[in-house]
Amino acid sequence: MDKTKLLRVVIIILGIALVVLGIFHNDVRDVLNKAIRICYECIGIGVLL
Amino acid sequence: MKNISKKNANDISIKRKFIQLITAILCNAHLTGFYTGKIYQGNLKAACVPGLNCYSCPGAIGSCPLGSLQSALVSSKYRFNYYILGVLILMGAILGRVICGFLCPFGLLQELIYKLPTKKLKKNKITRILSYFKYIVLIVFVIILPLISLSPAFCKYICPQGTLEGGILLVKLNDNLKSLTGGLYNYKVAVMTLIIVACIFIYRMFCRFVCPLGAIYALFSPIAILGIKVDKNACDHCNACVKICKMDIKHPGDSECIHCGECINVCHVNAIEYAKFVNKNKKLKQEN
Repeated sequence: MDKTKLLRVVIIILGIALVVLGIFHNDVRDVLNKAIRICYECIGIGVLL
Repeated sequence: MKNISKKNANDISIKRKFIQLITAILCNAHLTGFYTGKIYQGNLKAACVPGLNCYSCPGAIGSCPLGSLQSALVSSKYRFNYYILGVLILMGAILGRVICGFLCPFGLLQELIYKLPTKKLKKNKITRILSYFKYIVLIVFVIILPLISLSPAFCKYICPQGTLEGGILLVKLNDNLKSLTGGLYNYKVAVMTLIIVACIFIYRMFCRFVCPLGAIYALFSPIAILGIKVDKNACDHCNACVKICKMDIKHPGDSECIHCGECINVCHVNAIEYAKFVNKNKKLKQEN
């Protein structure tokens, strides 16, 4: 296996591990909680500075 | 031969446009939101869409990866969000900037705007230098400012997608939100207008110079599974691929390449192919 392929495998395993860790860490709930509410900054509501 | 190449180029272009359109529709499949002015609040929103698609768009059924990342950084003082980091790494390592070329709704919009018949600004040394600006936007507006100011600075000060999909639509459909608009809203509409006007003259101006999501995926270009690959043994360095490309690439498949595939058919030695369709493409070209 060349270095690029090895790096790719390591990074994909790291990604999967982080997603799994995030699921057990309740991070998915945090993402959901943010996404189901209107993001005022995103739509331009609030103070400029 | 030239006609056959042109036909193949059109085929790739049409397929890509079709995928872009389907993705844009799927990402914004909460159609009732467009007339009720209410955003989707189901569990699907825990999943991130690959491209730039504001989660405050009334049609959005998934989360914006950039918005989620900034939100995670804002709250990282209390707990680190591993999930969003993992999702970005996975999408980058598997798809890379194929996402920019095929799966980003704002990319599609920019390409459609660019079709307006006017004089166009072609790529040059300045646009090549400007293509590094998106990394500054990533570091300053997506990472540093959210950590310091505890607000999603990219979404707040730059993102045209949030204004276009979320801001304008929601404010139009919701009187309460309309009453809250002020300086920030006017500023964001001005930034969005500027970007859209620039996209008439400059191909994918936002992608090339500003988009921090593209910058994140660009970091994964050397290892991404899908996308354009060049057979270095077959390549005779004629540079026809670089000349036809509207992005600021040094060679097909590099960090600026969005894997649109337009270079495939100008390669007279057939050295450029999509990684996953190597055999199929070679066979097709041999038959032709």
